[in-house]
Amino acid sequence: MIQIFLKEVNEFLDSLIAYITIGVFLTAIGLLLWVFPETSVLDYGYASMETMFAVAPYVFVFLIPAITMRSIAEERKNGTLELLHTLPFTNLDIVLGKFFAGFFLVVFSLIPTIVYYFSINQLGNPPGNLDTSGIIGSYLGLFLLGAAFTSIGIFASSISTNQIVAFVLAAFLSFMLYAGFDSISSINVWADWSSYIDNLGMMAHYESLSRGLIDFLDIVYFLGIVVVMVLLTQMNLGFKR
Amino acid sequence: MIIAFEFERFAVSLFMSIQVNNLFKIYGTQRAVNNLSFEAPRGKITGFLGPNGAGKSTTMKIATGYILPTEGTVTVNGIDVVANPLDAKRIIGYLPELNPLYLDMYIKEYLRFVAKSYGFNKALVNQKVTEIIEQVGLGVEQKKKIGALSKGYRQRVGLGQALIGDPEVLILDEPTSGLDPNQIVEIREVIKHVSQDKTVILSTHIMQEVEALCDKVVLINKGNLVADESLSAFKKRLTKTTGFVLTFESPIDPQVLVDAGFNVEKRSDTSFIVDGSAANLRSGIMSVITAQDWPLTSLTQAGGSLEEIFQDLTKVDA
Repeated sequence: MIQIFLKEVNEFLDSLIAYITIGVFLTAIGLLLWVFPETSVLDYGYASMETMFAVAPYVFVFLIPAITMRSIAEERKNGTLELLHTLPFTNLDIVLGKFFAGFFLVVFSLIPTIVYYFSINQLGNPPGNLDTSGIIGSYLGLFLLGAAFTSIGIFASSISTNQIVAFVLAAFLSFMLYAGFDSISSINVWADWSSYIDNLGMMAHYESLSRGLIDFLDIVYFLGIVVVMVLLTQMNLGFKR
Repeated sequence: MIIAFEFERFAVSLFMSIQVNNLFKIYGTQRAVNNLSFEAPRGKITGFLGPNGAGKSTTMKIATGYILPTEGTVTVNGIDVVANPLDAKRIIGYLPELNPLYLDMYIKEYLRFVAKSYGFNKALVNQKVTEIIEQVGLGVEQKKKIGALSKGYRQRVGLGQALIGDPEVLILDEPTSGLDPNQIVEIREVIKHVSQDKTVILSTHIMQEVEALCDKVVLINKGNLVADESLSAFKKRLTKTTGFVLTFESPIDPQVLVDAGFNVEKRSDTSFIVDGSAANLRSGIMSVITAQDWPLTSLTQAGGSLEEIFQDLTKVDA
């Protein structure tokens, strides 16, 4: 597993993938948080990182599928998956190696944004007037969200040899699981079950973590998605031969 | 002492082999592999022959555990590749037909990755990489990216990949396809050199390769076993076809040859296969030709090549 992980991370670093991904993510978040007047903290009037935590999931919906779309699809297309399959690796080794490499990149793109916490902390009146526990919860939520999106992306990549198919499918699944259930639950027809439907989606759990209330069940929810997706991918690798 | 040693070798050799038992692989209605059974013994190179689409690659992929058989088993040194894939993969080195490689990796980086997958420690990994680069002749190119290599050197990288885990069993799918004649000879040397204490099975449709390398021949066609025998037995099929092929510039009357006591098979007006029981067939035929003053353009031995056995055996149910 560790060999696959290292190989993938090396590939990210050798190609432009890592730099582009991290660069685009930080530029997008930076612009939204500091420059664009509609969303900028400087014009907002409150010292808060809410903007970032509201926007980051939508950036992830596009960015993470872009990272993961090649992971299995490309290997299948080039025939190198046959190599991995005939070396002493299990299917789970292959999937987990690729999953953790993608997640590693997600974590790395998030870490620099911690600087913003200290900047905004100073902007508060008085300085330090910031919802720290909410921010910790939000970061935890973002990491978990990133893990879930990564596992969805890897699964989508295992379905097709075409990277565009993998990207579109991953972005769609991620978006539906994140925001889809929230929107569906607001349709009037099933108003009685609205909260149950809402709870199926990631947004409800992400927002619950963002409030600074770290609920064990929310964490289990995200990890559950990761486990299910990893197992589905592993099965998929086993079936197609 | 020596007897005991020999006996041990014998006992070990029973387990050190690839055994294919009643193997089927069915895609939809197509039987890619149809009730195939054979054995590749240890310390020998088994040539796996057959026309394109005969099921060679499918069989080899099943043996490596990459694809699953519909029915039947493959055991490698006594390990069932379906029931125990990880243990089997540890002792198998495999060179796939199209030799897929990570083109963005450096040669050493790639070989190190493969070596580590066998669980070698760092010192052993480095030692193995140096050894293999030497062995497959990558010395001059060793600092390059795989993508920058020519086909011949990529094939060496592929072979290095198959060898680096020090596997007891080597499965090579057309290891010399697409190489130039010098490279073919060099790659064959490497295969011959490493094969001494391993079980090697290699697929090919180049007959010289079989003659140059193999101890044993397994020939399949359309998924069915056609021949499974030693190279010498395989070559003996040659002697079944005797006689000469005669070609003339203009049509002749073959009846003259028949009257002279030869068996004549007509291929065209100007070409005949002539056979007979005479002790010195060639000079017998020649004396008739000179007596008749026929315009002979060529006289060659019939059925002289392994190609012809191959064609003969594989066209049976074509």
